[in-house]
Amino acid sequence: MSAALQLDGVSVALGSREVLRDVSFAVEPGEVIGLLGRNGSGKTTLLRAVTRSLAHRAGEISLFGAAVGSLSRRVLARRVAVVPQDLHVPFPFTVAELVLMGRVPHQPLVGFESAEDVERARTALARLGIEHLADRSSFELSGGERQLVMVARALVQEPRLLLLDEPTAFLDLSHRTLVLRIVRELAAAGCAALVVSHDLTLAARACERLLLLDDGVIQTAGHPRDVLSPPTLRRVFGLDAQVVEGPDGAPLVVPRIGG
Amino acid sequence: MKRLTRTRFVATVVSLALIAVLSALIGLLTGPSALAPGDVAGALLDPAASGPAGDIVLRIRLPRVLLALLVGASLATSGVVFQALLHNPLADPYVLGISGGAALAGIAMLSLGTAVGFGAQAVPPAAFAGSALATLALYAIAGAGGRVSPTSLLLTGVVFNAFASAAIVFLASIAGLAEGARIFLWLIGNLSAAAFGSAWLVASFLAIGFGVALALARSLNLLALGDETAEHLGVATERHKRWLLAATALMVGAAVSVAGLVGFVGLIIPHLLRLVIGADHRLLVPSAALSGGAFLVICDTVARTALAGRELPVGAITAIVGGPLFLWLLRSHQHRVFTP
Repeated sequence: MSAALQLDGVSVALGSREVLRDVSFAVEPGEVIGLLGRNGSGKTTLLRAVTRSLAHRAGEISLFGAAVGSLSRRVLARRVAVVPQDLHVPFPFTVAELVLMGRVPHQPLVGFESAEDVERARTALARLGIEHLADRSSFELSGGERQLVMVARALVQEPRLLLLDEPTAFLDLSHRTLVLRIVRELAAAGCAALVVSHDLTLAARACERLLLLDDGVIQTAGHPRDVLSPPTLRRVFGLDAQVVEGPDGAPLVVPRIGG
Repeated sequence: MKRLTRTRFVATVVSLALIAVLSALIGLLTGPSALAPGDVAGALLDPAASGPAGDIVLRIRLPRVLLALLVGASLATSGVVFQALLHNPLADPYVLGISGGAALAGIAMLSLGTAVGFGAQAVPPAAFAGSALATLALYAIAGAGGRVSPTSLLLTGVVFNAFASAAIVFLASIAGLAEGARIFLWLIGNLSAAAFGSAWLVASFLAIGFGVALALARSLNLLALGDETAEHLGVATERHKRWLLAATALMVGAAVSVAGLVGFVGLIIPHLLRLVIGADHRLLVPSAALSGGAFLVICDTVARTALAGRELPVGAITAIVGGPLFLWLLRSHQHRVFTP
């Protein structure tokens, strides 16, 4: 069986600047992979290359065995859902409308949502605990609520690969945990996930493997316990931190603020 | 969970269609010469047997009302499409320079055409050609990198419009008095030259443009949230944007070539509608066409009758109504229509 997502020697340039260099890794169905790295290390660029929002200069990106360039946008959208960092909504769409947009790749071009589509949206909202927001205008949402809406939209898209770009940046700790729990539940049902995160401690608990991206190159990849070591954290993040074992056995990153 | 259903779609479109028909009837019944409703009805039902009243209704009022409906519909539909494509609530049909191209070519023909033997009939085709050329130039410049980004579209359009305005001012300054007055009317926008011929022309371009916008309404919903979001949800963005740009170019070019630069219709109608029916483009596109048409018919009826003995350009009326209306909307409903 082919990997959900496979990158082989992928390089991506923005203008003349090479942002990703020779990146290779695979995400198998049912696997949750964390993508970590400093600001500007190329994490978002990597996701954009996977969704073909950016063309890659060299190497191969394939989704479920098919080269990403050979898939139509519509087919791509049926397989891959993206939860972006944030969404600017310039018009007063309601939350229900935004979530139902996740059904567009599964619907004919012209028409209305079916009762099943609406049921899926209702279930997704309930799963994230935001049914009460359904009829609210997007203008009246907080950053965290907007993020939950985008996760709900990704759920109704019924993807086989989920790409999350700091999906929990604006969320409180209980909602962070909820979103990552939902990602784990999707993985248990066979969905693959690639999660960009700055929360090392949560990533260590939600992901089987972590990839550390530094200046466009994958520096380290592996089990959270192996990747999150003080020397690596110092080298990749320039971070002075201790790593201890949490009560659940997963590593806990304790930064030294000093002073 | 509120959402767009077939029932709500049909109910809204039928109601707005009735309003458009009603406004057309008001336009047909109103004019400088007082005609009894019976005479108007008689002329419409039996054109052959009508006398002078029939002439006024069929030759003057009917083409005028038709043209106002079509131009209003074209402008409001284009406004909706541009606002979505540019992710910008301030966009209107004139923002991208398509109108600047039309106005420049039309006015060049108006002020210089007589010198080389062209009459006033040559103005609309020249304007339409100008809009087409402007669209192609816009697309070539803004889409140079293979992608047409909303920001580069907007910047290119705004600069092109500024250039066109300057060129128009230059043409107006060297034109004679009579041409100068006509240029002025054109810039404000007016429907006084309405004829069945131009109405059919605008109707056919509107039919094409509206058809494209309606067919791609679901893509417009997604494009309004940004090109990348639209791509994530399966929209072939560059192809759809090309279609939508071409569609609006047809509608704006046709509208401007017969009516000049009638302002505010394409800006205010989409916002008013979002307040009432929401932001879903599947409903917004047909609703904008119907309400834009109705709005312009009423404004034009006022333009024809407000001052005894003379006519006002309809663009003056849409501006007098539209400007304050927009400010009121901004002030009292800012958080529901424009921004968080």
